[in-house]
Amino acid sequence: MLELRQIDTFYGNIQALHEIDLKIEEGEIISLIGANGAGKSTTLMSISGITPPRYGEVLFKGKPIHELSPDKIVTLGICQVPEGRHIFPELTVSENLDMGAFLRKDKKGIEDDREYLYDLFPILKQRRNQPGGNLSGGEQQMLAMSRALMAHPQLLLLDEPSMGLAPLIIKQIFEIIEKINKEQNTTIFLVEQNANLALKIADRGYVLENGKIIMHDQADKLLVNKDVQKAYLGI
Amino acid sequence: MDYFIELFFSGLTRGSIYALIALGYTMVYGIIGLINFAHGEIYMIGAFTALIVSTVLTIYGFPLLAVIVLTALAAVIWAASYGYTIERLAYRPLRSAPRLSPLISAIGMSIFLQNYVLLAQTSDFQPFPALIPEFDFMEPYAHIVGSSDLAILVVSAIVMILLTFMIKFTRTGKAMRATAQDRKMAMLVGINVDNVISITFITGSALAAIGGLLIASHIGQINFYIGFIAGIKAFTAAVLGGIGSIPGAVLGSFILGLTEAFATGYVSSDYEDVFAFSLLVLILIFKPAGLLGKATVEKV
Repeated sequence: MLELRQIDTFYGNIQALHEIDLKIEEGEIISLIGANGAGKSTTLMSISGITPPRYGEVLFKGKPIHELSPDKIVTLGICQVPEGRHIFPELTVSENLDMGAFLRKDKKGIEDDREYLYDLFPILKQRRNQPGGNLSGGEQQMLAMSRALMAHPQLLLLDEPSMGLAPLIIKQIFEIIEKINKEQNTTIFLVEQNANLALKIADRGYVLENGKIIMHDQADKLLVNKDVQKAYLGI
Repeated sequence: MDYFIELFFSGLTRGSIYALIALGYTMVYGIIGLINFAHGEIYMIGAFTALIVSTVLTIYGFPLLAVIVLTALAAVIWAASYGYTIERLAYRPLRSAPRLSPLISAIGMSIFLQNYVLLAQTSDFQPFPALIPEFDFMEPYAHIVGSSDLAILVVSAIVMILLTFMIKFTRTGKAMRATAQDRKMAMLVGINVDNVISITFITGSALAAIGGLLIASHIGQINFYIGFIAGIKAFTAAVLGGIGSIPGAVLGSFILGLTEAFATGYVSSDYEDVFAFSLLVLILIFKPAGLLGKATVEKV
């Protein structure tokens, strides 16, 4: 479904990604793990077109997308929940969801999806008329994911959904990620520092270090891999 | 008492005009963090477009109502296309440059436009036809509120209500608010941010053109320099209210307009600027972000 071929991404003169090769098949959950500053978020931003790669190509369903603008990439069905959630602080919860459906025209479908998400996250329904900035971290993560789902993505990019959240909330969020993957058949590309969690729900995993992919394998094999355990699982 | 009311209305009139211009400053600042110093010139160009179009139409014998409507349309469209072009030429190429670069580009644009109109129209004041007639029903109150004051108040009120509606409820308005609050995220939900920025410039310029048309018809003369003075005042009003805040710009404009009107009426017109800017300094000492502005932390 999505393929990165030898991409190099730069911030000014500093190269953040080196020849990244990565492949995601439809319906999979793929995890990308790595330490702080390894280039995980940059990988997602390269896919979304915010920091397009300087060399290499990004193919979505076989077509190159690395020269498209971010809004065109969203149109194709690739949505991202960025690190730190990025809720629109002064828009209400309901308006934040509207923004997720910005490119959709089917009013009825939008309302149905809103109700579906309110069922999934009842707290959002309670707070629907409050400004997004007033929500707690966990609620904001739920809102950020809901906003992305409002766009009906075929591929959902999640950047550190567990960051700064209580264990109970993290568990809930990860259950929902699996549920979305199964029920809506949404392909998921999950970026996490919490490697243990990320690999447990994933089909396959990639390990990123200093802007390079150093390993990739079935997720269950990575979980028992000695090097991964030592470096990322704290075992 | 009549004198007080007269000054009050004169202040409201000034305030409305400042507000029409200040909205453009504050909207652009809210969305790209740039003080568009060429904005006053847009207002001036709107006034000149109105002068030319209304003169031509009057010569061809159009009825007054048709002249007003066509003139307003022409001024709005012409000024909006200037606003759009300025952003494309002078600001968009500098989008990722350090903050000072577009600011200098804006000042350059302002000087360029002033001199370009100066060359075309000379520095003399040009008489501007009174487009707004004396309404009969206003006659008993004419010593307090003139017909054109009333027209300015009503038109600005309508325009501001429409703008509020647009920003609050329309798809474009929501995209503008989202872009202002978090530009990167706006891109990630599929908003074409470049378009939103263009629309912001177009809207702000259209408002300034309406202001230019109204004030020119009220005062009866214009020259190439009116945009600079009005621009600085409206900018002051926007800062007073909290730059980036739309209700703030309107509030700041009315406060500034009323202060000037009362200072002129009770002290002397020589001191209107002294009072206006003293007020600005006072408010900024106690509320550095302006009356309705939010204190923001510079993010790295």
